[in-house]
Amino acid sequence: MRWNSRFRRIEEVVANELRPLARQMRNMNEKIKKASRHVSQKEGLIFEKSSPGKRAFELPPLDVPVADASKVLGAHHRGDGVEGFPEVSEIEVIRHFTRLSTWNHAIDLGMYPLGSCTMKYNPRVNEFVARLEGIATEHPYQPTDLSQGCLKIQWLLEKCLLEITGMDAITLQPAAGAQGELTGLLLIRAYLQKQGNPRKKVLIPDSAHGTNPATAVIAGYEVENIKSGANGQIDVAGLRRLMNEDVAALMITNPSTLGIYEQHLPEIAQILHAKGALVYMDGANMNALAGITRPGDVGVDVMHLNLHKTFSTPHGGGGPGAGPVAMKKILEPFRPVPILVEKENGRLALEPVRRESIGRVKAFSSNFGVLVRALAYILAYGPGVRQATEDAVLNANYIRKHLEGVYELPYSLPSMHEVVFSDAIQKKDGVNTMDIAKRLIDYGFHPYTTAFPLIVPGALMIEPTESESREECDLFIDAMKSIAEEAATQPELVKTAPHTTRVGRLDEVSAARKPVLRWKPAAPRSTAAD
Amino acid sequence: MRYLPKSPVERREMLAAIGAKSIDELFASIPEKYRLRGALKIPGPYSEAEVIQYFKERAAENAAGYTRFLGAGVYNHLRSVVTDTIIQRGEFLTSYTPYQAEISQGTLQAIFEFQTLMCQLTGQDVANASMYDGSTATTEAVLMAERLTGRQRVLIARSVHPEYREVLKTYARNSGLRIEEIPFSTSGTVDTKALQGALKDDVAAVVAQSPNFFGAIESYAPLAEAAHAEGALFVVAIAEGVSLGLLRPPVEADIVAMEAQSFGLPPSYGGPFAGVIAAREKCVRQMPGRLAGQTTDSEGHRGFVLTLATREQHIRREKATSNICTNQALCALAATVHLTLLGKEGLREMAEQNLSKAQFALAELLKIPGVRRAFDAPFFNEFTVELPRSVKIVNSHLLREKIVGPLALGTAYPELTKKALVCVTEMTPRAEIERFAGAVKSALEQPV
Amino acid sequence: MAYPKSYRYTKEHEWIEVKGDLATIGITDHAQHELGDVVFVELPKPGAKIEAGKSFGTVESVKAVSEIYAPASGEVIEINGELQNKPETINNDPHGAAWLIKVRLTNAKGISDLMDAPAYEAYIAEKGKETSA
Ligand SMILES: Cc1ncc(COP(=O)(O)O)c(C=O)c1O
Repeated sequence: MRWNSRFRRIEEVVANELRPLARQMRNMNEKIKKASRHVSQKEGLIFEKSSPGKRAFELPPLDVPVADASKVLGAHHRGDGVEGFPEVSEIEVIRHFTRLSTWNHAIDLGMYPLGSCTMKYNPRVNEFVARLEGIATEHPYQPTDLSQGCLKIQWLLEKCLLEITGMDAITLQPAAGAQGELTGLLLIRAYLQKQGNPRKKVLIPDSAHGTNPATAVIAGYEVENIKSGANGQIDVAGLRRLMNEDVAALMITNPSTLGIYEQHLPEIAQILHAKGALVYMDGANMNALAGITRPGDVGVDVMHLNLHKTFSTPHGGGGPGAGPVAMKKILEPFRPVPILVEKENGRLALEPVRRESIGRVKAFSSNFGVLVRALAYILAYGPGVRQATEDAVLNANYIRKHLEGVYELPYSLPSMHEVVFSDAIQKKDGVNTMDIAKRLIDYGFHPYTTAFPLIVPGALMIEPTESESREECDLFIDAMKSIAEEAATQPELVKTAPHTTRVGRLDEVSAARKPVLRWKPAAPRSTAAD
Repeated sequence: MRYLPKSPVERREMLAAIGAKSIDELFASIPEKYRLRGALKIPGPYSEAEVIQYFKERAAENAAGYTRFLGAGVYNHLRSVVTDTIIQRGEFLTSYTPYQAEISQGTLQAIFEFQTLMCQLTGQDVANASMYDGSTATTEAVLMAERLTGRQRVLIARSVHPEYREVLKTYARNSGLRIEEIPFSTSGTVDTKALQGALKDDVAAVVAQSPNFFGAIESYAPLAEAAHAEGALFVVAIAEGVSLGLLRPPVEADIVAMEAQSFGLPPSYGGPFAGVIAAREKCVRQMPGRLAGQTTDSEGHRGFVLTLATREQHIRREKATSNICTNQALCALAATVHLTLLGKEGLREMAEQNLSKAQFALAELLKIPGVRRAFDAPFFNEFTVELPRSVKIVNSHLLREKIVGPLALGTAYPELTKKALVCVTEMTPRAEIERFAGAVKSALEQPV
Repeated sequence: MAYPKSYRYTKEHEWIEVKGDLATIGITDHAQHELGDVVFVELPKPGAKIEAGKSFGTVESVKAVSEIYAPASGEVIEINGELQNKPETINNDPHGAAWLIKVRLTNAKGISDLMDAPAYEAYIAEKGKETSA
């Protein structure tokens, strides 16, 4: 009987509480076409599952005599094992990380229109070939005669990237875009130094990515910010006035972070070259240009590529990437060592020393595994990378066309691979770009980029990439329109979003005031006796 | 093209919706004369099978089938298939930096666990979510010390990895930092007398690696004491993390710069790996790189966010603690999964096997007439021997036996000709060690 | 929040209260409001020299860093150590408990040129109009 009454209680709950909720959800889901709820499993920290004696990994038995660690290391070097390390089983490891993974949004789940990040499909064959025996297994110090495969991969990638950029020489060493920037500026510095004066300043537009100014300082330069013109492009007349012989270089992003092509680049390059300065191009946005036009043909002296953007290597939650730097002949003597060269017999070799080299920017050859993936991508497309570029630009313009007017477009020059709106219309109802971004999550999309570029207050920076079908673009457009309507009619709904995620908006203020940056075991309870 | 989700009809319809007559119209802002006319001269397009074929052919041109006795900052360790299974999940592989915390809790919590593991390993209070590699971590640790002390002289042991030192010099060249190198003693560790002689109250950091490039284990306490006596920070670089399964953590250090390659990342011809900076809590605001922190959501549930971001380039721009943006997140995740699998006992056991195999290998080599131990400091899985002949000549003999011999130290250290850096790990079978020793012996017996 | 009559104000939104050759310096209510929740304050060490118009420290919110500019020149004699542990004081009581530093003035010239309370209030009202336009 007790069972029965409890059963009835559950029925009541279903009838009175769950059904209406489900109906409400269904109504909501009609509007939200892409996402619906799913069960999200709870999961604590791995350390909280630990219990001494559990194992997730066993080694094969040792086939030599066991060394006595205290004796061979000496007592004062010998530790007692790592305090606090987890002790769990294999299934717990799998479940733990699988559950965590389900709390992420990812390209594999849907559109990820983060502006400036080029979140395109990461082909799986790239992962496969990077893990091949004979590729993943190779040691950077093995003889080059036994590394011809690795070197040929790099050689071919160099050739392909030179063809795509229209430059003369390249280094694959930098580990990411920011390190590519540093490499490029050091090349410029070495070149100018050789002419007798490394100069003082680097000019950086106010629309530039934060890595540009941060990098210039490491390269020993002062940063001079230059204001963008009213149309969002570099103000050529202003640049001409600013130019003098203290300027070492201009760092220019093309297309700019507004997604606008810098038409005046040849003229800008002339202005710099006339005063003996060089042009650095931040190539983060090459996905708008590959196969269509080449920076080397419009006066750029040195540039980096983000293989983890344009060339499809996965972002992996923040890295790793690779930031090859392509350059004109004048900078070639200063490339970081070691330098990949072709010998007379057709063999490839690494030249460890070059008198004028800027030195090394990273240990060993490069983020080689990332280079493998990028080459796999290029080989899959061949000259067809042009089609990828065209589709990326098509998608951005399609989205722009449908959202213009719904969201304010602060700069109206044609968009390339991304489009930047602002929240000016929604601001009137107290809704800002971050709110809209968070609401987009409820609709099943990863937000666009919000706090960048700095010259657009309340920016909505949208980069769909070529990997989105028309259907996905349409769903995104519908979602954005629907949110704009919500912002006008029920702003609270938008301002308190997201409503469907595992966690709500998180308290970033407490996180920064009293940082908790690691797990610690709970303090042992003090015993009553003392 | 199989990666592109559009039919020709859809492309035409989308163009029509935009109001463009052709795709070229969308590129109108690029002056005509700069637009490429012909097709790019690059190979392809290739089907998936052809792509695989290309890379299999390249793989066959490498050293598959050779037994390697190389370490020197890149180590071949056992890896579980579980690690790759996890990091290939699309939700980890194909997500970006977790700026949108509500839909990035998986990555954020994993970073928090990584930070915790790195603190536990190094005996430090805080650790970041990765640097590019051990070399840039060491460099950034020095730059951090410069900011913390306001001083510009740096003393780095010559027994630190030569490539780490080269990278430091590249970064330091334009920052006003003065880098001086401290020699090593006959035991292969930092010459403490020379260090004391060079130390003054203008030194920002003393940098040592342990086990160092010769495999020798440094004693932290005297180095830390010497540095601290002059108000300098003590920076410890660690290239072989597995050693921490047996060795005392560098608790005397103010900053630890570590290479995490040994934790589940394949050698991969030199990268991608993951650098780590761990430090004392009081140094955290000068730390480079991303940090995940614990907090709560509106309903009080535990959650994680990127925090203390005002240190970083996207906010502080030219005043940032570093220019790093993209880091090595997926490699850090691999290390997290790998170390979780190993656990306390697994890591200790792995370290013990490395130690035992290295002891065995040394004993085997010392049986060969003329082979001597070069340094007498204790070592972990790498050690330096002196051969009666040029290492290069010996190595060329070994190649015929399908053995990639030890690193010749003479290239980076002209005074160490005939010295070879031998590395064995748990992956080197006893029989291969014996075959290696036999091959060295016969190489040395060859007429000159 | 009222702007104390006895204080003087800068265009960069610092306030200064002068008593003889000693002065107390803080940031205004308007400044803390613009910045949002303050999470960290960086101040000079006692004994440091500050120079009128130059930055002597920073205040941080979660996603922004602001320089604090000295309204006058002098030597720092005391800093508000409480703010290390309770940066939120700056949001709660910017003109009182959240003073930042006390300085011995080396040059009081120029302080009288700073805005008084009504002038500052007019100044921020004007700025408010600009940004909402
Ligand atoms: C325009 C721009 N420049 C530079 C960078 C820095 O590149 P990385 O993150 O690879 O260091 C980025 C990356 O987000 C970017 O968007």
